[in-house]
Amino acid sequence: MMNAHPDTSEDIRDLYRELILDHAKSPRNFGRLEDPTHTAEGINPLCGDKLRLYLQVSDDHIAKARFEGSGCAISMASASMMTDVVQGLSKSRALAHFEAVRERLTGTDGAINDASLDLGKLQALEGVRDYPMRVKCATLAWHALDSALRGQMTPVSTE
Amino acid sequence: MRQSHTTLREARPIETCRADFPALQQEVHGHPLVYLDSAASAQVPESVIQAVSQYQQHDHSNVHRGVHTLSARATDAYEGARDRLQAFINAGSRREVVFTSGTTESVNLVAQSYCRPRLGPGDQILISHLEHHSNIVPWQLVCEQTGAELVVAPIDERGQIVYDEFDRLAGERVKFIAVNHVSNALGTINPVKKITELARSREIPILIDGAQGVPHMPIDVTDIGCDFYAFSGHKMFGPTGIGVLYGRETLLDTMPPYQGGGDMILEVSFAGTTYNDLPYKFEAGTPNISGVVGIGAAVDYLSLLGMDRVAAYEQQLLAYLSEKLSTVADVRLIGTADDKASVQSFLLDDIHPHDIGTILDHQGIAIRTGHHCAMPVMDYFGIPGTARASLALYNTPADIDSLVAGLAKARKIFA
Repeated sequence: MMNAHPDTSEDIRDLYRELILDHAKSPRNFGRLEDPTHTAEGINPLCGDKLRLYLQVSDDHIAKARFEGSGCAISMASASMMTDVVQGLSKSRALAHFEAVRERLTGTDGAINDASLDLGKLQALEGVRDYPMRVKCATLAWHALDSALRGQMTPVSTE
Repeated sequence: MRQSHTTLREARPIETCRADFPALQQEVHGHPLVYLDSAASAQVPESVIQAVSQYQQHDHSNVHRGVHTLSARATDAYEGARDRLQAFINAGSRREVVFTSGTTESVNLVAQSYCRPRLGPGDQILISHLEHHSNIVPWQLVCEQTGAELVVAPIDERGQIVYDEFDRLAGERVKFIAVNHVSNALGTINPVKKITELARSREIPILIDGAQGVPHMPIDVTDIGCDFYAFSGHKMFGPTGIGVLYGRETLLDTMPPYQGGGDMILEVSFAGTTYNDLPYKFEAGTPNISGVVGIGAAVDYLSLLGMDRVAAYEQQLLAYLSEKLSTVADVRLIGTADDKASVQSFLLDDIHPHDIGTILDHQGIAIRTGHHCAMPVMDYFGIPGTARASLALYNTPADIDSLVAGLAKARKIFA
């Protein structure tokens, strides 16, 4: 039926990159912290993604980050990579990463203005730019991070 | 009884009616669009688009007001559509056909105008576990307002209402029953005639949420015997923002207006207002005239095809869909009732439905993913959501082949 049309399965791999699939299947830092200093819940009502983020912050640095929940591959991979990246960062650096990721996924030019930020593996999320309906999945964990660090107690929703 | 239009006209093969829908003649991501999301909103045939356009270009004016030609034409178009809807669902009188903005407003109208003045603490409203949020939340609101209690009849693992439990729960305190005709999430066709007989034998008024029933089968509200039947234009190949509340005249007569405004009055003074007759008492303000023209044209379209033939065709499609899905490894069907409309929810391996949706969309295949506004149904199955393919009269076996090929690709990506 689709012979007359180009096979786009490789295109879709720009969204579902190997690194994303790897993190989705084997999420890092999955679980809860018994004594978090900060925690927040993120909900994406559109697809039912739901996660809780736990942080242990000392000396203004994120010593530990864990999350638990369920959701699509994009949201799980994003949460896994986010927790990987922010551990060891100062609160302000972590939030700068949030801004950078958000800009990268939703901004008009996609350029990261702060050259000092090394997004590293987070760049694997770039493919989401072409899928506006999925940006909320990719940013859910980051919104939870923002909410947790700012001490908001109400669940953050990406709707 | 009505006579089916198809016995009067030469029957047209339903297989060819895809050509009537302009939106289906496009490519998405380089593939011909395969639209499997009609339960969310159905596409619109050219004849409906033309009818609305013709109305807007030539006949638009306000209804029931002017003495001039255009107002007369608009009124004729509006009231003519009501007559055709009355025939389409076999209502006893045109006074029983109230235009609303959709199923949701129809249900809210009954909750607020019928139930709210009558219910109090100790009373119960009975619904099922299978309901769409639109047939849950209006009842929760009226329960909060009156102190009544919402009672929910359980379903079984195949997605069917457990009738014996429904029977048991429909006790003396139950003052109203509301169930859907067809589950939007699972496709289950509920035994609404049997449930209505139960309700009437206990003198409990009953509303049927028919949003997902009307697009799939002939609807005869007189035969069902229900007191209210609610449905939407956009699920039955008409425009959005228009719907119908069928209500038994003897009940509608006793109900206060739902909203106040123009058209629903006979006489207004500051001492008081005399309400208009049925159905206008419930149609406050300038109505959605073009929407009514559109839903009327949709009724014409469906009447020409014949809903009995649509139902038979869709049952073939559903059988083919079930057969093909069963050939895909690791597919779990959610909703396997004996009696089903052409709607199938499923899970594929442990791939999240949202990822399936994106991968299929990339191949031009539109399905719905998520909780389908029926979160209690998802809770029952212990899942956050499903992928759902919903078929309509314009779908073909080739669409199902595309879906199955698309699912194979999803499996490959997540392998």
